[in-house]
Amino acid sequence: MAEFLQFLISGLTVGAVYALVALGFTLIYNASGVVNFAQGEFVMLGGMVTVFASAAGVPLPLAAVVAVVAAVAVGLLLHRFAIEPARGASAVTLIIITIGASILLRGLAAIIFDKQFHKLPGFTGEAPIDVLGAAVQPQSFWVLGGTAVVVVALYVFLEHTLLGKAVLATAANRLAARLVGINTTTIMALAFGGSAAIGAIAGILVTPITLTNYDVGTLLALKGFAAAMLGGMGNPLGAVVGGLLLGLLEAFGAGYLSSTYKDAFAFLVILIVLFAAPQGLFGRRAVERV
Amino acid sequence: MGALLNQRFMTLAVLAVVIAVLPLVFPSSYYFRVASLVWVSALAAIGLNILMGQAGQVSLGHAAFFGIGAYAVAIGPTHLGIPPWAAILVGAVLSAVLAYLVGRPILRLKGHYLAIATLGLGVLIALVISTESGWTGGPDGMPVERLTLFGWRVSGSNTWYWVTGALLLIGTWIALNLDETPTGRAFRALHDSEVAAQVVGVDVARFKLQAFVIAAVYASIAGSALAFMNGFINPDQAGFLHSVELVTIVVLGGLGSIVGSIVGAAVLVTLPQALTIFHEYEHLLLGLIIIVSMIFMRNGIVPSLSGLFLRRARS
Repeated sequence: MAEFLQFLISGLTVGAVYALVALGFTLIYNASGVVNFAQGEFVMLGGMVTVFASAAGVPLPLAAVVAVVAAVAVGLLLHRFAIEPARGASAVTLIIITIGASILLRGLAAIIFDKQFHKLPGFTGEAPIDVLGAAVQPQSFWVLGGTAVVVVALYVFLEHTLLGKAVLATAANRLAARLVGINTTTIMALAFGGSAAIGAIAGILVTPITLTNYDVGTLLALKGFAAAMLGGMGNPLGAVVGGLLLGLLEAFGAGYLSSTYKDAFAFLVILIVLFAAPQGLFGRRAVERV
Repeated sequence: MGALLNQRFMTLAVLAVVIAVLPLVFPSSYYFRVASLVWVSALAAIGLNILMGQAGQVSLGHAAFFGIGAYAVAIGPTHLGIPPWAAILVGAVLSAVLAYLVGRPILRLKGHYLAIATLGLGVLIALVISTESGWTGGPDGMPVERLTLFGWRVSGSNTWYWVTGALLLIGTWIALNLDETPTGRAFRALHDSEVAAQVVGVDVARFKLQAFVIAAVYASIAGSALAFMNGFINPDQAGFLHSVELVTIVVLGGLGSIVGSIVGAAVLVTLPQALTIFHEYEHLLLGLIIIVSMIFMRNGIVPSLSGLFLRRARS
């Protein structure tokens, strides 16, 4: 039982990070139709900027704010100088642009920071807490709580503010949104900024557990993309569920089956799910217009 | 038809001349090595271009087949006693069978779902390669025995320049010819509109599968060639970043343009070599160049430039 609980909590913790990455993916995809493979770099930036700001003597909470602001700035620049000029290009072209952006950001991080692994102290100590026999790092609760706050905040923003509704309208139909007077370019910039903030928060929350370096973004982007697809592309709730599910799969797979193939379970399950349900778990069945 | 035949012949002739003349200006064997890398990447990219540019299906895991070809010639002779030349065939057949088996369910998917499924397949195969270290040497990679053909030991940068050049010529010739066969026309019909193709009686599933298998075999043979040439192989060749590199070559050169794939390979293989003089700025510049060229030449280098020339010629 203790073992089961141990895997459950570590799975949910990792899953929460995947969920945040997937949520960022979904936000950008809904607003602009772009699959942003640079999403993992926002997570990297969140962790790295916090590490280096706090090493420079900035108190941790302030360093975290600096990191989020830096990531948002990068997200806005990405939209302004890489996505906006390529408007109307094909989906594959846009994917390659975001991959180019991710190579660029990784190269930049290696120069500005370094290529070492870095750690942050746990926000509230490092002593494991005993939960029904399972030893849980206090930081796990920060990750889970932080993710819950982000998800609820995003929900409230989208459903209960005028700006949020404009984002939803743009996601539903860009042309119609423009016709009713929504500035869709601003909405897209907002989506890139918001998505960068979400990624950076994920990076800050998880760095005390998993460490960070300039190169952590690639695998996170793949897993986040996988989580978003698992839930059904474009569905925010599906992204969160997909992320948590992926984390649980990995934790239980590594715990009970084989830890060397930890990363394989996620992709194996995605293949199986897609074979059975080609639109993901919560995706709408698309009707093709001819 | 005569004009088309001519154009195809001209493409091949120009390529053959380029391959034959380049060594005259190469100052050192390093250049032979880089050029051979270009020919190998171009071969893999041409195969992928048949799938992406002609049949209109994306694959973000294509390096997996490259890896299968490479590891077939590494593992076959070392662990199983298969002669090196036969191991190339074993790799190609394995890749074709795998592509055939997983192709049917995967190619039912569309758009981003197809992208993530092929990506997943690629990551899985790369993981198996880097985990089963008893067979593959794990993340450190493994040495590859030299290729011997009829008692002739194929080695040295200069020799491999000609071997990979010949492979590229053959690959280009097949791809150019394919374009003009009923299969090639079916591929293009698929690319333009799957529904329309289906309505006029194209067996959509079968042709997608064919393109996938052809692309897998191209990648596998390119992988085998690279493994022999380097005498060493590591899992990076099967990894996600290499898949991305192949897709970038195809799109950068121009989707559907076979010459484009060769040009794309030349740019993307020589660029990092040239950028090494910038040391730590290498990745930054590579990313920047990819972004800028995709923004300003979104149809790819060759179609954008030839479009420009045609407009100039008309006006």
